[in-house]
Amino acid sequence: MGDPLFVDGVDWGDVGVMGIKVVVAFVLLLVATMLMVWFERKVNADMTNRIGPNVAGPWGLLQTFADGVKFFFKEDLRPANADPLVFRLAPYISAVTAFLSFAVVPIGGAFRDVPGDTGTVSIFGKETYLQVADPPIGILLLLAMSSVAVYGVMLAGWSSGSKYPLLGAVRASAQAISYEAALGMAVVVVVILAGTLSTHGIVAGQSGGLNTWFLVSSGVVPFVVFLIAATAELNRPPFDLVEAEQELVGGFHTEYSSIRFALFFLAEFMNVITMSAIMVTLFLGGPAGPIFFGWTWVWPILWFLAKVVALLFMFVWFRATLPRLRYDQLMNLGWKLLIPVILFWLLFISLKELRATNDWNWFAMGAAVVVTAVVGITLMLTALRAGDRAHQRELEDV
Amino acid sequence: MGYLDGFRVTFSKLFDERVTVEYPKVKRPKPERFHGRHVLNRYEDGMEKCIGCELCAGVCPANCIYVRGADNDPTDPLSPGERNGYVYEINYLRCIHCDLCVEACPTQAITESKLFEFSFANRADAIYTKDELVVDDDGRPRKQPWELWHDGDDLNTSGWMRATSPQGNPDYENVVGWSGELGYGVRDPEEGQRGPASPAENLEVPVEPGGYGH
Repeated sequence: MGDPLFVDGVDWGDVGVMGIKVVVAFVLLLVATMLMVWFERKVNADMTNRIGPNVAGPWGLLQTFADGVKFFFKEDLRPANADPLVFRLAPYISAVTAFLSFAVVPIGGAFRDVPGDTGTVSIFGKETYLQVADPPIGILLLLAMSSVAVYGVMLAGWSSGSKYPLLGAVRASAQAISYEAALGMAVVVVVILAGTLSTHGIVAGQSGGLNTWFLVSSGVVPFVVFLIAATAELNRPPFDLVEAEQELVGGFHTEYSSIRFALFFLAEFMNVITMSAIMVTLFLGGPAGPIFFGWTWVWPILWFLAKVVALLFMFVWFRATLPRLRYDQLMNLGWKLLIPVILFWLLFISLKELRATNDWNWFAMGAAVVVTAVVGITLMLTALRAGDRAHQRELEDV
Repeated sequence: MGYLDGFRVTFSKLFDERVTVEYPKVKRPKPERFHGRHVLNRYEDGMEKCIGCELCAGVCPANCIYVRGADNDPTDPLSPGERNGYVYEINYLRCIHCDLCVEACPTQAITESKLFEFSFANRADAIYTKDELVVDDDGRPRKQPWELWHDGDDLNTSGWMRATSPQGNPDYENVVGWSGELGYGVRDPEEGQRGPASPAENLEVPVEPGGYGH
């Protein structure tokens, strides 16, 4: 591959391969979403001493399918105050962006530290990556899509013509904007280490075994920040203030019913899967892993799936364990902890990389880091204290 | 580890025993004094216990009982004494199964069975009349086609389930007033109802043969 824009021309083979990849990715994502809903309900039930869905299909596997069929046959209501066009448009914005971000995730291909492995498989004599597209902007597409997805939520809440959806939507956009900063900077750390934006390049940069995974070589902190920020970005517990049932009924999708609600539901769980897949790509080496015997193309896919499932389990575990944060706690965590930490880490990693490439002096580098850290932390603490004092005065005035 | 303790707890629950009872497939045994749908009991000689006094209707907080009494035909009485329950209807769309009717009944005529799985397709079926409420000739509740009875549910549906004897005095618990219970006979006081259970034969209780009530 290496020719994402088909500068050298396109033949039917390219089109066919592309078509197959699109269809496979689409179906895979849909089925995975179905299974994810089942998985979440099942694990959540297990963690609360319950059984969970077990009637539809073996072990209740078809429960989501049954729910989906039910949604299709429900009446589609639109509130009288709702904006007709935007109200119909919003679910599709959510669903389409959820589908699109998955396109850049490499789900297979052998990535080993040997010369023959380029992460490609061959279909109909065409060498191709096991990902729908590998645009040069790569990971930026994810950030773009997760930003556009906020429009789905925001427009849904605004166009419903009802107070709870509007409040939920306002919360959603504020939350997404706050955490996107931390999320983006965690991505930048990885991009600096990998030296490329392309997801294929990022995965190829982690093919040398465990200690080349960016989880390890970036020092775990960006991964933790990304995980927390992603949880907030996905509106999943403990950051699910967007649809806090006790306060907002259902948040932005309160007024939605039938298949439009199903689309939001689908998008939400699809985003969880996509975000896990992105995390695997960025930090856990993507499909990289030992290849034992048999077909070489099977093992990377299995490794990829195993890593994704592990992360999905983590998200479900969060949900089963952590109570929802208050809104000011959410904002404090985002702005006063995650962003400063990842900012400092970004600085540290950048200097480390610069030193490695330019052969700068160790001592000067260390001193620069310490001085910057001290100054930065002092400034931040001062700012926080000033903010607290102002807040205190406000409280006294009231 | 403060924050992480919760994760340990939830993870360990993965391997815990499940508390869910898969209801339609698995049914828990019901408590002995479960409040289900009512039955109207009869004496051993086949006479109805209901005397049409309307105390149950009066005490019912949901106003779901409708009773009309009538005089017994002296040659062919429906119940011992002068009066019988001529009309007896319970509307199960209103009944809250509080059991106050059972407590109010002076003759133990109305009691509650353990049946709760009955649903109807129309409102008329929700109103049980005497035909459906009165026990059949062996003292068991009449099974309606829309009701789901399980083994043993139709046993001990009568005054056996009461917390006290009709008079409120456990000494009289197994004293035959008029005649015994159709299907279930006479029973001893329960353990703890009045100190240690004692056979009533030892008690000096005035009994009028052939009389009903005290």
